[in-house]
Amino acid sequence: MYKHTEESLAVQIKNVTFQYGNQPVLENIDLSIKKGSFLGLVGPNGSGKSTLIKILLGLKKPIEGEVSLFNTPLQKFKKWEKIGYVSQKANSFNTGFPVTVYEVVSMGLYGKVGLLRFLNRKHKQQIYEALQRVGMSDFKDRNIGELSGGQQQRVFIARALVSNPEILILDEPTVGVDSTSVQHFYKLLAQLNQQKNITLILVTHDIGVMTSYVSDVACLNKTLHFHGSSKDFEESDLSSLYGHDVQVITHDHGGAH
Amino acid sequence: MLDSFFKYEFLQNAFFVGLMIGFLAPVLGVFIVVRKLALITDALSHITLTGIAFHLLIAQSIVWLQPVNPLYMGMCFSVAGSLFMEKLRHIYTAYQELAVPIILSSGIGLGVVFISLADGFNNDLFNYLFGSVIAVTRNDLWTIAFVAVAITGLLLFLYKELLFLSFDEEQAKVSGIPGKWINSLFIIMTALVIASSMRIVGILLVSSLMILPVAAAIQLAKSFKQMFLYAVLIGETSVITGLVSAFYLNLAPGGMIVIIALTILLVVLFGRKLAGLPLQTFRKKVQSV
Ligand SMILES: Nc1ncnc2c1ncn2[C@@H]1O[C@H](COP(=O)(O)OP(=O)(O)O)[C@@H](O)[C@H]1O
Ligand SMILES: [Mg+2]
Repeated sequence: MYKHTEESLAVQIKNVTFQYGNQPVLENIDLSIKKGSFLGLVGPNGSGKSTLIKILLGLKKPIEGEVSLFNTPLQKFKKWEKIGYVSQKANSFNTGFPVTVYEVVSMGLYGKVGLLRFLNRKHKQQIYEALQRVGMSDFKDRNIGELSGGQQQRVFIARALVSNPEILILDEPTVGVDSTSVQHFYKLLAQLNQQKNITLILVTHDIGVMTSYVSDVACLNKTLHFHGSSKDFEESDLSSLYGHDVQVITHDHGGAH
Repeated sequence: MLDSFFKYEFLQNAFFVGLMIGFLAPVLGVFIVVRKLALITDALSHITLTGIAFHLLIAQSIVWLQPVNPLYMGMCFSVAGSLFMEKLRHIYTAYQELAVPIILSSGIGLGVVFISLADGFNNDLFNYLFGSVIAVTRNDLWTIAFVAVAITGLLLFLYKELLFLSFDEEQAKVSGIPGKWINSLFIIMTALVIASSMRIVGILLVSSLMILPVAAAIQLAKSFKQMFLYAVLIGETSVITGLVSAFYLNLAPGGMIVIIALTILLVVLFGRKLAGLPLQTFRKKVQSV
């Protein structure tokens, strides 16, 4: 099932190890993500999920190992417009920052447009389309701080989508979002994955709802405990461990430190 | 006023420099405030004074320096200080605010030593600290005009990058925006604007011209672009009114400019309250990890 040709890989993580000071956070992680897949990356709080994402985005350097995006080593990778990213703390910005929804979404194009250039009419069209896709067109002139958590999250997705990325990485996007919105949100993601063939990486510590939407699951807790299709995952014992008992694991983990 | 304006060159100098800094200081101030760097302006203005004191000291023994504008040395110190501060912020990543008091106190310390050694520009010193209507020279005017054109151009072209870096630095870097050198460039621009504003507002009050108009603009603006509009309107009003009243009342213009900017801020805050509008709070949403 996981034999694939090199060309079909969106992300390849080889033997990655990382520490904060002397505290080991990730050990020997090997993880390949196929183009077009919808991966759920799960693990308890503090298991190193966000750190792994930051390493694959080049925001942190591993002490060992390599990362390739679209078969290009990270050091040489330049096409950042192919990557959409919504960080875990995207939602914890200054609510007083005087910026409109439209302005926030336009930021997703800045890197692609490049230095010393301005947005043109085509870019504006793309911004409207991204807003429409997440159902936020009516809010384009509103201040981002005035929206609800779920609405803000959709704006950040629009920002990640506006450059037409081939991979979309979402780090715990549903924290602080009410459960009906979460369902809508996962449907939107599944749509993006199926209709636009965007490779999705969804990080979460709560696997409950997610398994029915994702195609693959990776379980992380310092090391990679499982990587396979979501079907295989549900049939394994791990699903009960990582499923609803996540809170318990978190406590054990915290006690160990 | 108009009569004296055409008669005295120093008034024209002060007026045009005032127009330029009334624009530049609040515009940079918008980015400074939203990036929570307000204190940096104080550190940089003090290091500018150190540079000026240094120039005045060495000009006593180096004759060819005497006709040279001390503003240049102030700008050099300010730019060097800004780069040093960026370095410090990277060394003390967990205590970034340390960089400000380090630069500020060492700037003042050195400055005081230079001033004592020079022992004799006490009259000038007051002008440097609180600004002056009569001290602006034609040479200052041209230097500041050059700075104004360069910085306006840079800001126009780096606007989108600066906005993104201010809103979400990590995200901006992932989009391929070269954050490191744009940040350095930005702090150099700030250093230059601070040095340019010093003649009129004075070292001790430069930061207020960058911060007060923006503090008022935050309450009024609906978008990031509007921030600039309001900040510049308030900045220009404060500078022009401040200069005119300082000239007639024979006061230090820096003080008048700050008082007017502060009055506008208070009017905006009370106005919102009276109109029953909520005050724009500047808080971080707490999110569980
Ligand atoms: N900036 C940091 N400095 C030191 N330790 C950190 C830092 N960020 C995270 N950690 C530690 O690294 C571990 C993994 O964190 P993280 O990747 O954020 O986990 P997750 O996203 O799975 O909750 C945790 O034990 C956390 O305390
Ligand atoms: Mg995390």
